[in-house]
Amino acid sequence: MAWIVLLVLIAVFLLWAIWAYNRLVNLRNQVANGWRQIDVQLKRRYDLIPNLVNTVKGYMQYEQETLRQVIEARNQAVAARGVAEAAQREAELSGALGRLFALFENYPELKANQNVLQLQEELTSTENKIAFARQFYNDVATKYNIARETFPSNIIATLFRFQPAELFAVANEQEREVPKVDLRF
Amino acid sequence: MNIWEQQARNRRNTLLLIALFVAVLAALGYGADWYFGSGDFPVLTVLALMMATGQALVGYFAGDKIALALSKARPVTGSTFAERQLINVTEEIAIAAGIPMPKLYIVPDPDPNAFATGRSPQHASIAVTEGLLQMLSRDELQAVVAHEIGHIRNYDIRLMTLVAILLGTVLILADMARRALFWGVGRRDRRSEANVVLLVVWLLVSILAPIAAYLIAMAVSRQREYYADATSAELTRNPEALIRALQKIAAAVQPTTAIPQSLAHMCIEDPRGRSINEKTGFWSELFATHPPLHKRIEALRRMAYLQT
Repeated sequence: MAWIVLLVLIAVFLLWAIWAYNRLVNLRNQVANGWRQIDVQLKRRYDLIPNLVNTVKGYMQYEQETLRQVIEARNQAVAARGVAEAAQREAELSGALGRLFALFENYPELKANQNVLQLQEELTSTENKIAFARQFYNDVATKYNIARETFPSNIIATLFRFQPAELFAVANEQEREVPKVDLRF
Repeated sequence: MNIWEQQARNRRNTLLLIALFVAVLAALGYGADWYFGSGDFPVLTVLALMMATGQALVGYFAGDKIALALSKARPVTGSTFAERQLINVTEEIAIAAGIPMPKLYIVPDPDPNAFATGRSPQHASIAVTEGLLQMLSRDELQAVVAHEIGHIRNYDIRLMTLVAILLGTVLILADMARRALFWGVGRRDRRSEANVVLLVVWLLVSILAPIAAYLIAMAVSRQREYYADATSAELTRNPEALIRALQKIAAAVQPTTAIPQSLAHMCIEDPRGRSINEKTGFWSELFATHPPLHKRIEALRRMAYLQT
């Protein structure tokens, strides 16, 4: 009789262990996938920017410098090597785009142009998508970390050496500062 | 309570309500089979369960097509700026939720409303009315879409199908029992006193059970509405946008005639309109598919750490 109870207990434990292991693997893959999704959105932004600059070039004759900065920042971001450098360049590109959008206020014909509105919407959406992709990555990385650290799955995690997932953080301290809006003409 | 605490509470309450529902069904079924049934196998309960399941499964698999056809929804093409914005806003939230992009539709109704349908995130559709598209800003539209995607991600359509099965079973059982009583079918020893007492008790139960079951179903629907609100806040991290959107939707006077009432639990607000949503008080709230607006806003304000 005691043997049967013991066997049942071992079977239940094994089943749980398999379930816990599979869940950790599942979450780990979701984390990797989430990270790649951010890249997808970043690539999308690269393709949209030259389009925007060409559309507004004709209207913004006095802003050649800002337009040049945007293209320069975009090319640097494309050419970046490694995660840290890429994050830095992406942040600079976001800054350059922000300055360009702020300048739109000076050009009423530009704001009325349907093409420009469409492109601005597309670029705003792309910026949002990058942010949401990072948010999703952090959410899924947190879920994985919780599963990795809580008892009893932490037994399985340590046994099979599941590494903690790093949360996406602000790379550049400057991004934390409130952006200065220059309203001088 | 913040977003995470509210979500945990919603999930717990759903579980309790479903457990209560199963208990009511079990009590009713046990009584029915004990009195009217033959032998040990609960024939009546199983039969009722099968019939209700059959009905509900039709709804489960074809429900989205039926819903979209009934509301005369047309697919979104992205040809106008507003449609383009709707597509972008939905894509953004789909990324935040980690689900594939749902199919988008527009319902030709000037009253603002939206609903979600589809049996899983892979087969999901969201429809918004023309009124909603015109009335809301980008952020507010995104908050409403996030609420609908919340319904999809939380498998609410599946849950409400389960609730429909339970409700259907209760109604069928109660109906069977009333007919059987009418025709004088029942246990041979039913003349004994104890059995008469039990019969009376069970009769009361069979009249009250459908009402109780309906109330539990409505309670589940309301719970999932709160959950979808909290999911919207989680996905957008912007509960205030949903507050503004709900206020604008509530202020619109006409009911949404294009959306059938059977879809009410999937909508952002009850399509019957202002008169239903404004009523407060214990009894009117009990029969509603959606919680009263001021309570939803209160919950959202707490999520935004704006305690009143």
